This record gives sequence, structure tokens and C-alpha cells, in this order.
Amino acid sequence: MIPATFDYARPGTVEEACAALAEAGEDAKVLAGGQSLMPLLRLRLAYPDALIDLDRVAALREIRDEDGALFIGAMATHHQVMRDPLVRAHAPLIAKATATVADPAVRHRGTFGGALAHADPAGDLPAVALALDATFLAVSAERGEREIAAADFFVDWMTSALEPDEILVGVRVPKLGAGWGVHYEKFHRTAQAWAIVGVACAVRRERGAVEAARVALTNMGPTPVRAAEVEDFIAGRTVSESSFREAGERAAAGTSPPGDLHGSSEYRAHLARVLTARALTAAASA
Amino acid sequence: MTVQEIGSPRRRSEDARLITGRTRWTDNMQPMGTLYVAFLRSPMAHARINAVDVSAAKARPNVVAVLTGADFADEQGSLPCAWPVTEDMKHPAHPPMAVDEVRYAGEPVACVVARDRYTAADALEDIDVDYEPLPAVTDMEEALREGADLVHEDLGTNKCYTWVYENGDLDAAMRDAPVVIERRYVQQRLIPTAMEPRAVLCVPEGDGFTVYSATQIPHILRLMLATVTGIPEHRLRVVAPDVGGGFGSKLQVYGEEVLCLLLARRLGRPVKWTESRSEGNMAVHHGRDQIQRLTLAAERDGRIRGLKVDLLADMGAYLMLVTPGVPLLGAFMFNGIYKMDAYSFTCTGVFTTKTPTDAYRGAGRPEATFAIERLMDELAAELGLDPIEVRRRNWIRHEEFPYETICGLTYDSGDYEAATDKALRLFEYDKLRAEQRDRRERRDPVQLGIGVSTYTEMCGLAPSRVLGSLSYGAGGWEHASVRVLPSGKVEVVTGSSAHGQGHETAWAQIAADRLGVPFEDVKVLHGDTAVSPKGMDTYGSRSLAVGGVALYGACDKVIEKAKKVAAHLLEADENDLEFSGGRFRVRGVPDGGRTLQEIAMAAFAAHDLPEGLEPSLDADLTFDPENFSFPHGTHLCAAEVDTETGMVRLRSYVAVDDVGKVVNPLIVEGQVHGGLAQGIAQALYEEAVYDEEGNLTTTTMADYLVPSAADLPEFVTDRTETPATSNPLGVKGVGEAGTIASTPAVVNAIVDALRPYGVRDVPMPCTPERVWRALRGEREPAGDARPGAAGGLGSAQGGDAR
Repeated sequence: MIPATFDYARPGTVEEACAALAEAGEDAKVLAGGQSLMPLLRLRLAYPDALIDLDRVAALREIRDEDGALFIGAMATHHQVMRDPLVRAHAPLIAKATATVADPAVRHRGTFGGALAHADPAGDLPAVALALDATFLAVSAERGEREIAAADFFVDWMTSALEPDEILVGVRVPKLGAGWGVHYEKFHRTAQAWAIVGVACAVRRERGAVEAARVALTNMGPTPVRAAEVEDFIAGRTVSESSFREAGERAAAGTSPPGDLHGSSEYRAHLARVLTARALTAAASA
Repeated sequence: MTVQEIGSPRRRSEDARLITGRTRWTDNMQPMGTLYVAFLRSPMAHARINAVDVSAAKARPNVVAVLTGADFADEQGSLPCAWPVTEDMKHPAHPPMAVDEVRYAGEPVACVVARDRYTAADALEDIDVDYEPLPAVTDMEEALREGADLVHEDLGTNKCYTWVYENGDLDAAMRDAPVVIERRYVQQRLIPTAMEPRAVLCVPEGDGFTVYSATQIPHILRLMLATVTGIPEHRLRVVAPDVGGGFGSKLQVYGEEVLCLLLARRLGRPVKWTESRSEGNMAVHHGRDQIQRLTLAAERDGRIRGLKVDLLADMGAYLMLVTPGVPLLGAFMFNGIYKMDAYSFTCTGVFTTKTPTDAYRGAGRPEATFAIERLMDELAAELGLDPIEVRRRNWIRHEEFPYETICGLTYDSGDYEAATDKALRLFEYDKLRAEQRDRRERRDPVQLGIGVSTYTEMCGLAPSRVLGSLSYGAGGWEHASVRVLPSGKVEVVTGSSAHGQGHETAWAQIAADRLGVPFEDVKVLHGDTAVSPKGMDTYGSRSLAVGGVALYGACDKVIEKAKKVAAHLLEADENDLEFSGGRFRVRGVPDGGRTLQEIAMAAFAAHDLPEGLEPSLDADLTFDPENFSFPHGTHLCAAEVDTETGMVRLRSYVAVDDVGKVVNPLIVEGQVHGGLAQGIAQALYEEAVYDEEGNLTTTTMADYLVPSAADLPEFVTDRTETPATSNPLGVKGVGEAGTIASTPAVVNAIVDALRPYGVRDVPMPCTPERVWRALRGEREPAGDARPGAAGGLGSAQGGDAR
């Protein structure tokens, strides 16, 4: 398929990018690797007037240590993120989930920020960012910088809190301290297919008990969902298969899973329960 | 120097250019002044076309022409169906472009010709079609009911034909049978997914046209294009340049091919059309789509008495090249490798408002093999016997060949015992059965199942007289010619049309082996009607078993002729000459003699040839087989089924195939691997899904799941070798065997894993949700399964992605 006509800009700095985006107006899109956007363009499911390509904004590829947090530049590729020593040390859940994204070719082009800003509920990284209480840093030419909490960033199906003139520059992820185990449980029919359901999970153990858990679900609604009932239930309980199973039973509470060719909503709810128990078990033994 | 090329695992010499794409793909070709075509396709399954407004599209800069069905009505004719299976078969007209009614979503209704393909794509959106919706006909059983909505109003029925084959006394076999197994299996609709989508380039040249097309059948296409358009056959040259796979989908005469030719004639310019993947999912012919109602009667000891097969086969909206015949290719295969006293086969073809169906890898045989192999497992379960044992009690023993089957075929050779014994050893069958028992006892949430498939198939299409008796429109021979050039290099021309099979390597091996020349000295030419004067092209695993045998015979004729020249030059009697390593020698005289190259030059110069011998060293041969060939084998699959989620993981897969003599083991291995992937895909992944309005919902690869290497287990493959007796090479064909065998092996494994839970079938593809529902005693997902509701690319179609 062939995309409809669009204007194209390839700025070299964040400032230039913001200016180009502001100038292009409401129907412009930011191109950040293109692994989701280009197929939409080629299928003529999206008709932006202009694309602002961030590929040349080298500053956005940086991953740096900010004391208690990691800052991951929006244009860091999946391949870069999953191999980065800082990410592996302080945000291993991101490294693990990123390794399940699509295939090597996509991971070399696709970017961390692009995947988050796309706000696809079937994407793996939104649930991970939500589970880790990440903070999103956005910038616009007119209003400058602002921070958006993960819980506020994913607004609706493929809709983020970014304003049309805002660019996501990066994400601040609080470091997980000692005692945390993490796991991303992805359920998909083929290696390159999107998750039917995914569970991002971090568990902090102390003396045979779960001190705290963070659980977020992929593709269980129009946005990634924090499984709050699971987190509340499991906190303070002993590490055991039965407690994880009981916790898992609460995973679908408050979700509105979609139904499509790969799974009905009833089945997705069932999967969320089974997979959450498995993710908790794996995270607790990681 | 003795050259042992036949049997050598050479790497394919054509692969470097095919893999890098630096080659003659149709879309790579760009003659000066080429115009680009884009087709507007019906977004509805069934509708009357009230009006098509093309004025806005025509006004767009760089648009050269915008044409509708009405514009082509006088010249486009009707697409051919070469297989009228019964005298009273209903055969509706099939205009390449719809004129006043569309009958499947994806049918062309208009086209844009533009100076570039971007403009052509943009202009499509300017065309305004006024459709008046008509009822969609999506369910075959509903379509046959009295008063059903009709696909073709003028036919008065949705029934295309009913075809019957009977042998033996089925009533007697069924009467008082101690065991009767009745099942209904659905062969879901599949979309052949060739790596290279379709592409056509038509170039006006002199007083005729050259048609480049990504087709499997340049020779048949030329004849059919001439018939449909009225352009004389000798003014048409059809070229299938490098073609990136077909799996039957390019065994077709497509409307787009006809329309591009008409456009080139109308505009006097080269015109090119290249399909997108989504377009192809809608408009490439589909495969399978049958409902099978089966009754098997057996004795208590497991011996089969008889089999009754009652099929409904979805034709789709129109009959294409061999649409009605595809299910009948299975009619002769439902008995599999087994003996039985009675057999009855009835097939009813049904029209629906869906994409037409036609040949897809295996064409009829996978459906038949699935049915009988699933039934054998069900019979074993019913009797409490091991599935291998039930098969042993029924199969044709190796000493019984040649064997005339209940379906009227003569299986020339085979050794089912040997293939099965080898497969059981490689699989470690007993060990896996022990593990299965253990998991069952432990109530392990992950259960293990073992699936068996002891298949045979018919290939090497086909004896022309048999095709004639089935009312097929052509013969089944193949042609080859061999030219030893003056310099001693060799050109081989084959009527077989490679589209990924590796002809250029295998054919060169055959010629090098027979002629005693270096492999590198042989060039194989194919796929161009100006180069290859006659041919029946490539499908039905026929290339080697028919075309390869023709080449083998042509080489012998070359040697025969060369021998006459050699005898003359050596002043010896022909009978005293021997030919080996590319040299003729007088028997008992190791030195001297003449090489083939020397003889080629002598034959070229023609200064001193035996009386009556024509100059030049070449020969050709057309081979018409006397019988089909019958590859067979035993496939064993171990599947782990997660009973909590329904996920199936293939743990191991053993395929022992008997494809007769092998020219290139590496190519055979590749064919088996690819075939297994495609058969497994039917079992687990692929399905063309239509909604109630008749819209195809699996238009992208996000929804139509094609597995990759990452989704498949490491295959263990091996062979037994029982040569075919119907051809001098002893070859049988391997193009479809893996696909035919593997689907039932996988489903048998899944059902075997779940039998303790009372499951005796899971509909294909066995998705995790279907397995999970089967475990809960349910059949299908609740009605909320609509595409586009969840995330991912496929879902983007359901919402506004802006």
C-alpha cells in the first residue's frame, strides 16, 4: 500500500522539532522509528498532513542515571534499551518486556518513546511504564516542559495525554531497589503477534512474604490497567502458589477487556487471572 | 571422472539472486513510459452497482485513464474455468471487472491508470460508487436451503454441482457394523500467502504484447488470455520471470492479468500493476473451505469396512481455473493408505459471496488426509487401541504393491512399515507415551499429546487420459529440450515453471549427471513462452515427476545421437561404445575416445556426420506419465497443551517421508520444512474470517497469522526410499507432502492430549481460546469476537487512528 501525501521535516534538535511541530498544526504526527505509524499510513488508516521525524535528534537517544531514577530518552531504540547496562540493572522489567517486542528488525528501528506515545493498549511497554510509576517528560515550543505521571499519560485507545504540539522527550523511571523481582508474562499466538494479554509485574519480598507488588495489564482495556485489587490483596501475604493464585483471581476486576479475532473478552479476563498468578510467581522467584 | 550429481545435496544456485531481490521480479521491471494501474475493489460482499462516478479521479493531475466495468464490458469476456466437473454444473459468467453487480468483497469495480503509483492510489479515493446492498450468502449449509438468498439470481440456486463416486457395497459395509464413527470436520478457509504478491506488466511490442506476470503457468496463461481477449495466441508472449512462491495461488488466470492486457492494448503503453498484501488477502483465490461429513464403519478388531464421505465445498462467488475440481482431487485419497471394502464420495459445490476458492498447496489431498487420519485416531480411541496399531491392521502391506485401491487408483509402490518403524524410533514413541501417562496421573496442567499421520498422496499430475476422463480441459504431460551448444556448454529448456522450487539447480544436476558435464556448464531456461515452446507449467508436485523425467529422457536422446556421431568419428560400431564421465570410448580401450563437447562441435560444424543425421547436438522429449506417483510417510507430533490457557506448544515433530529417488536431498529437506510449516499453520494459526455481512476481517498479517520459524519446533526429518515404478527416474514429488501430512498430525496430538478431559475434537485453527473452550465443553467463542476491538495493528482498522 501507498501512503497519502504528507509534508516531512527532519529536525536536528528538540527545539527545532518543537518549532516544526507547532508550525505543522493539529494534523501533524511525530515519527519516532515508524514501526507502528508507517503501517497505519500505508494502510491509509492515518492521514497526517505532516510528519516530524525525530530520527536525527541525537540528544533524545540518551539513557542516563539520575540518582534515584533512570532517564530513558524517547528515541532510544528497543534494541538499545534491552541491552543497556543501566536499564538492566535498575529497570530490568523494561529490559525483559522490550525483548518480547516484535522481532529484531522492528527492535532496531522502533523506539521506547515512540511505543509509549503510540499508546496502543496491545503494546508491551505502556503497562510496564504504568507498573513502574514512570514519569513522562513532554515539551512544546509554546509552553516548554511539563511532567506527566504514567497514570495520567494513557488517556484512551491509542490516545495519550500529549497535546498536538508536544513531543515526548523521555521517561523517568524510579530505580527498583534491592529485593524486587520482576517479570513480564506475554501471551501471544505467534512470536511476532501482539499480546492477547500481558502482565507486567514487580514483587518485593521480605522474609518469605510479599512486601509490595506492582501489577499492570496489557490489552485488558482501552489503556493499560493497574491491577490494584491484586496489589492490595497480595501485599503482606506469604510467598506461596496459593496466595498468588488467589491474587490472580482478582486481576480482571475493574477491567473492560476487548474481544477480537485472537480472543473474546471473556477469554481475556480468564487469561488475565491465570497469567497474573504466573507473573507473580515468576517475579517472586526471580 | 564420474559425476554423481543426482543425489547430491547441492546448495541452490538461484538463491543468492532470489534472496537479495536483485533479480527479475515483475515489479522490478520498468520499461520506458510505464503507466501504473490501481484497482478499486468492492467494500461489500454483495451489491448492485447503480452508478460509478469517476469524474473527480479523472480530473486529478497525472491520471491517464479511469475505467469501470461498463467500459470493459464489450471486450473483457469471462474468466475461464477449465474443469467442468459435471454436465449440469452451474457456470456463471465471471467478468474480470464487475459491471452491474459485485459478489464478493474485493472484486474489482474500477481502475485508475496514472503516471505514478502514488497518483493512482490517491485517485482511487476520488471514485464514488453507488452500491445498493444485496444479501450476503456466507454459510454453505444455509445457502442450500429452500428459499435461500442467491449469489447469482439468474442461476436460481446456490448449488454449483453434485459429483459422486462409489465403489463397493457401502450399505452392506455399514449394516450391523460393530463400530460406526460419525464426524463433522471443517476445513477452514485459508489464504495462500506467497512471499511475492501478484504483479503484472503488459508491454505492447510490435504487432503483439508481452505479458510479464508473477504466475505459475505462463503457457496456460497465454492460451487463456488469447481465448478471453481474442488476441491471437501467436501475438502473445507470456513471461513468468523470477516468481516468489505461489502455493497454487498463481495457478490462475486472474482478472487483473486480463485487464492489464486490455489496458496496454487500449493505451498503447506498458502498464503495470503490483498488488499489496491486504489487496491480495481479499483477491487472491483462497484455499480449502469444506465441510466434511464422514461415516466410518469398522470391525471390532479395527479393520475398516467402509467409508462414506459427504462434502460441501465452498466455490466462493465464481468458478475460477480449477475451482470445482479441487475437492475432487481429494475424492481419490480419502482411503489414505488403507484397505476397505466400500467407499462412497459425494461432493456438492456451493456458491457464496466470498472470494473464489481454488488450488492451495495440496489441493484436495490435505482435506482427505486430514479426514481419514483423524478418523483413524478416533477409531483407535473407540477401540482402546494404539493409533499405530489400528493403522497397521488396515494399511496396504509392502508386499501387496502394486495395489488397486477402493478409489480406483493403482498405488505402484510403497513401504508403510519401513517409514513407520523409522519414525517411531526417531520420535522415541514409547518414551513419550510413558511421559504422557505420567502427566495424566499427576494431573499436570500441561498435558502431552501424540499425533500420528501415516499419509500418502497422489502427485505427478498427471496422465492425460485420466485428466480427460475427469473432464479436465488439458493434458498432464511435460516437455524438455536439451541443447549441447557448439562450445560444449548445455542449455536445458523446461516447460515446467519454477517459482521457488529450485528447478535451476535440480534440472542442472539431472543434465550434468546424465551428460557427464560439469554442473556449472548447464543453464536452465524456463518460464517464457518465447523460450520454452511448450509446457504444462508447475503445480501438483509435478515438476520433477513429470518435467524432470522429460529432461531425463531428453538427455538420453542426446546421448543416443552423440553416440552415432562418436561411432562415426571413432570408426567404431555403436554397440562397441560406452559412455561415461562425458566421454565415449571403445569398450576395452580406456584411452582416447571423444568427449561430448568434441561431438557437439562436430555436430555443429556438420562437416562429417553419419549419413542422414541432422546437424547440431540436441533433442527434446514430451513425457506423459502412465500413472500418478504416490509419496507416503509417517509423521509424528508431540504437543504440549496448557490446560489452563489452551496454548499449544509443539514439542517435537518427526517426519519420515518416502518421495522415491531424490535428486537433491537439500531441496527435498527444504520442501518438507516449508510444507510442515504450512500444514501446521492450518492446524494452529491460519483462518480467513468473514463477518456476517460477508466482509473479510483478516486483511492484514496482524489478523491472518502466518507462523515464522520462531513459532515452529526443530523438525526431525528422514526418508525411506521406495522408488516409483511409473517413471525411469523413480521419483515421486515432494512439493506438498509436508503440508498434507502435518495438519492431522498436529490436531491428533492436541486431541490426544485432551482425551482424558472428554475432548474429541477442536475446530481448526486450534487457537488457545478454542482449546480452552473445548476443555469447557463449548465449541465457539461468545459472539463478541470482532476484529478491531483490541490493540495492535489489526485493531486499528476498527477505530480512527488519527
